[in-house]
Amino acid sequence: MDVLDLTRLQFAVVTIYHYFFVPLSISLAATAAGLQIAWLRTKRDEYLHLTKFVGKLLIVTFAVGVVTGLVQEFQFGLGWSAFAKFYGDVFGPTLAIEGMLAFFLEATFLALWYFGWDRLPRAIHTACIAVVALGTMLSAFIILAGNSFMQNPVAYVLDPVTGRARLTSFTELMLNKVNLAAFPHTLSGAVMVGGALLLGLGVWRLAADPAYRILARLGAWLTVAGGAFTALTGDHLGKVITEVQPMKMAAAEALYETTAGAPFSVFATGKPLPEFSLEIPWLLSILAKGNPNATVQGIDDLQARYAAEFGPGSYVPMIPVAFWTFRLMIGIGMLAALLGALYLWRTRKGREAPRWLTRWLPLIPLLPTAANSFGWIFTETARQPWIAFGISKVADGISPGLTSSEVIASLAGFTLVYGVVAVVWLRLVRHLARQPLAPAPVAADRPEPAPVY
Amino acid sequence: MITFWFSVVVLAWVLYFVLEGFDFGVGLLGPVLGRDDHERGAAVRTIGPFWDGNEVWLVAAIGVTFAAFPAWYSALLAGLYLPMVVLLLLLAVRGVALEFRGKGDGPVYRRRADVALALSSLGIVLVWGALLAAFVRGLAINGNGDVVGGGFDRTFGPVLTPAAGLGALAALYATLLLGATFLALRTSGPLRRRARTLARWLGTGGAVALLVAGFGTGSPTALAAAVLAFGAGLLARTGREALAFTATAAGVAGAVVAVFTTHGAVVLHSTLDPSFALTRAAAAATPQALELITWAGVLILPGVLAYQAWSYWVFRRRVASERVPS
Ligand code: HDD
Ligand code: HEM
Ligand code: HEM
Repeated sequence: MDVLDLTRLQFAVVTIYHYFFVPLSISLAATAAGLQIAWLRTKRDEYLHLTKFVGKLLIVTFAVGVVTGLVQEFQFGLGWSAFAKFYGDVFGPTLAIEGMLAFFLEATFLALWYFGWDRLPRAIHTACIAVVALGTMLSAFIILAGNSFMQNPVAYVLDPVTGRARLTSFTELMLNKVNLAAFPHTLSGAVMVGGALLLGLGVWRLAADPAYRILARLGAWLTVAGGAFTALTGDHLGKVITEVQPMKMAAAEALYETTAGAPFSVFATGKPLPEFSLEIPWLLSILAKGNPNATVQGIDDLQARYAAEFGPGSYVPMIPVAFWTFRLMIGIGMLAALLGALYLWRTRKGREAPRWLTRWLPLIPLLPTAANSFGWIFTETARQPWIAFGISKVADGISPGLTSSEVIASLAGFTLVYGVVAVVWLRLVRHLARQPLAPAPVAADRPEPAPVY
Repeated sequence: MITFWFSVVVLAWVLYFVLEGFDFGVGLLGPVLGRDDHERGAAVRTIGPFWDGNEVWLVAAIGVTFAAFPAWYSALLAGLYLPMVVLLLLLAVRGVALEFRGKGDGPVYRRRADVALALSSLGIVLVWGALLAAFVRGLAINGNGDVVGGGFDRTFGPVLTPAAGLGALAALYATLLLGATFLALRTSGPLRRRARTLARWLGTGGAVALLVAGFGTGSPTALAAAVLAFGAGLLARTGREALAFTATAAGVAGAVVAVFTTHGAVVLHSTLDPSFALTRAAAAATPQALELITWAGVLILPGVLAYQAWSYWVFRRRVASERVPS
């Protein structure tokens, strides 16, 4: 592997890892806020205990998101300094504004909430967690706008002297149509991961503590609802991507119509294609069913067109990767939603779920997590060879002077530290879930020990 | 406009080093000054609600550096690649150790978290000190702003010089004093007593060392630092802990400003040829981008300062390190 491939691999490893934790933070913050509001309104103790439990999960997850997010902030300068210089005008303000607007909000109000149970009036305390939830969504929106620029560059002109991109409108950058489509899709994916974690933990602990049943059913509902929304929003996102990066969607469909003729794409718009409405839940089988009437731009045509437009070279991404990651994202994600629905059905009106289901459900968080990773790998690798679509290539973005040995050393460091952190995080989550939900009552005459932080 | 943004960037770095500086100091000292699990927990608790907000100042500082001076951001990070990666890894260990400490089970687990916290805090402080010293000295950048050279020495070299060693020591000293005065200010009981004694010793000892250094080199900065260190020690001893902390913080702020302004309009000095140096004007973003972040900063930062101040007020009570009899 040369230094370019190593740096790409490092970016992928570190970013995917960050994205294991980010969706959890987004959805757990919103869930904690929802549970606390439910507690305020109903005054039922279960809701309070669940709020605190979800809050603990949130705080350990958030910590990992924070420290890995910090790495992200530096990565553009470390490995991709040419890219950072070239697009500094676009990415710099995006990151700066994300930090000032969202991260301060999240960090400060999460601490106020977590440590403020007995220091703040109830309503203000509840507002704190709601602010955290909003903050996580805000940061997702802003950073996704940065990513959307790379998928579909908007709101810039190229400086004729320096050749660098100059931002023309921040609003336009934020309202990139790819961002408007990717943001709801990403949020729904996040809801699935958080829901699946609660479902998994709830089912795992059910035998020990019946109070976990609420958690399990809540998680299942979130998984199912998130699944429905990912499918709806994914369909829309696909149409937008077909418009701005037809090569990506052609690559996603390529293999199953073999190489002959135009590959079929369910997402083709403006073509005489039967529109697929997403009321049909078994999307994967629909995707897998070829339609002989489809006349869609194929990879060969697109390659010829791009070669004429941008000069000689290959503009075809890795087709098997695009093809399989796309299917795995959909298939695995929908399987999670299906399992969630099955659990809800089998536990309706106080029924017991069958043994085989409760045996396997604790592993369900792995499914939407994998779906998210596949979705990102698809998005980012099928953009190749471009770093910013149509304006610059990945090879032009890397830091000049960087050598393979340096990247191997840093990649080894990240792998080691991140690996250890993941193991500790998993054990901590297991430990937290083993605690009884309702705290044991404290005898009245004994002073409560000062809380250990 | 460029000067204005340069000041904002420096301000963000000052706030970062002062704020995270004290929580590095507590991270280092807490596990040492706290004699048992309970006292160590109390020490960590003084920064529990704040460290993350403090660390976001790093996100803000690096973010505004990127936004206002993309070429500077690129040259600094790419040119100090390996030490920066080490720094990030240590920060990762530290953040996780802090946040995971109280959630796990048992004193052994917490002891491990404490050790990780103290060692990572120590490492971070040393690396930052060396990085700042390397930054004052300049990097081997060519006319393109890229660091030349090969092997690990290319980016480790600048932080393995005697000057960098001195920088690391200075940073360690400043952090210890910040941490000691902060602990004295924010705790009660045995921890507070020990922190006060330490601050006194550090203040006097540091003042002597700085005086010698100041007269030896004729540097007025060292003399000013000596006065501040001595003052901080004295104030801690007389129980004026808030003032002692403020004096230390002022010293740290002054040092950071000095580091960032040593080369005047040059933001990154070249050790190869002075004409390769990166100037503020050459590193700056376009006027449009500067205007955009000015507006964003003016609109957002006052609110940030306000709610952060509010959170310090909410958690203003001292943390008790004495045990509740049971
Ligand atoms: C639980 C997760 C999950 C699930 C079940 C789905 N997706 Fe997805 N998908 C993601 C999680 C995700 C993601 C990780 O969040 C991505 C990566 C980039 C993005 O914006 O969202 C993504 C990207 C992504 C893209 C590429 C966007 C781009 O290149 O910018 C398309 C076209 C779709 N999705 C379409 C779908 C369809 C039609 C689905 C049908 C059921 C679907 N996704 C389910
Ligand atoms: C949202 C903001 C994001 C930005 C600005 C961004 C930017 C980048 C950049 C600059 C590269 C290196 C150049 C390249 O190889 O194309 C890259 C590659 C990559 N990113 Fe992203 N990324 C973002 C989000 C993500 C997320 C959340 C993931 C995964 C969870 C991800 C997965 C990848 C992968 C797998 C690659 C390697 C692709 C390859 O080299 O073939 N990205 N991204
Ligand atoms: C789709 C991709 C991404 C999303 C949705 C996202 C979202 C988030 C969210 C919600 C947080 C809050 C903390 C947490 O969740 O644990 C966070 C943390 C962070 N993210 Fe990401 N992020 C993404 C990718 C990136 C990238 C590519 C960068 C790099 C520029 C980045 C930089 C950061 C930073 C610096 C933090 C720490 C903030 C703090 O200190 O609180 N993120 N991210």
